[in-house]
Amino acid sequence: MDFQRFVFYVFAAILVFAAARVITVRNPVHAALHLVLAFFTCAGLWLLLEAEFLAIVLVLVYVGAVMVLFLFVVMMLDINTSPLREGFIRYLPVGLSVAALIVIEMYMVVRARNFGADVMAIPERHPEGYSNVRELGSVLYTDYVYPFEIASVILLVAIIAAIALTMRKRPETKYQNPSEQVAVKSRDRVRIVEMKSEKKQ
Amino acid sequence: MIALSDYLILGAILFGLSVAGIFLNRKNVIILLMAIELMLLSVNMNFVAFSYFLGDTAGQVFVFFILTVAAAEAAIGLAILVVLFRNRQTINVQDLDTLKG
Repeated sequence: MDFQRFVFYVFAAILVFAAARVITVRNPVHAALHLVLAFFTCAGLWLLLEAEFLAIVLVLVYVGAVMVLFLFVVMMLDINTSPLREGFIRYLPVGLSVAALIVIEMYMVVRARNFGADVMAIPERHPEGYSNVRELGSVLYTDYVYPFEIASVILLVAIIAAIALTMRKRPETKYQNPSEQVAVKSRDRVRIVEMKSEKKQ
Repeated sequence: MIALSDYLILGAILFGLSVAGIFLNRKNVIILLMAIELMLLSVNMNFVAFSYFLGDTAGQVFVFFILTVAAAEAAIGLAILVVLFRNRQTINVQDLDTLKG
């Protein structure tokens, strides 16, 4: 067993373990942290597949942004997890059997007889100095430039939607209105009252 | 050396685990969202594996777009979750029966 295969099996075992923990732990914070572990090991597997850019993007964007967002939300909401766990045992058999069925069916399709090393030849490693980022960029900004722009619009829509959904006006909050502040005139604020000076008694 | 089938089987196991997660945690919306992220991860794994073994960069471009859409989906999903919790004080799927569905 060469070193590459050893690394693959170790990472695959950690990935499956982390995924299993994500769906079984009681505490959502622990689930989120195990999902972080799953993404990390998946990034390692993608490095084996010479997808360096995507591996780094997975760590930066998924672990750095999306999972932190998950953790923020999980910790912000005051959730009582015990009623949410109801039915876990009841649905365990059906869930596991459906999952096992799916895995077995997929295995029948993708097993070594159909996609093994002798059917799908293992490609040569790229030479030293090869840049995955350069190749991906040269495709992304030429052939896929319109999908790329659509993706940016999708992100913009997501930003606006997330802000619009969670922003709220509370009546009890005090805030300044700059346009009213600028438009104010001195005679609105100071009232000069004419009155005679009084005599000394 | 690792064959394509190894990666595909690993992706299938991940997908099966996330399907099981949707069955098991059918009351907790947060775990449901996490299971969906796991599903997307398994699909991405297949894309990257095929891209490597076929020598075609298009698979990696697809993964790039899937990651973009998944990030947007997670952001909007969590925003909906926060609004939901603010209005109902619960994220239990069983209690969300306002639409009588």
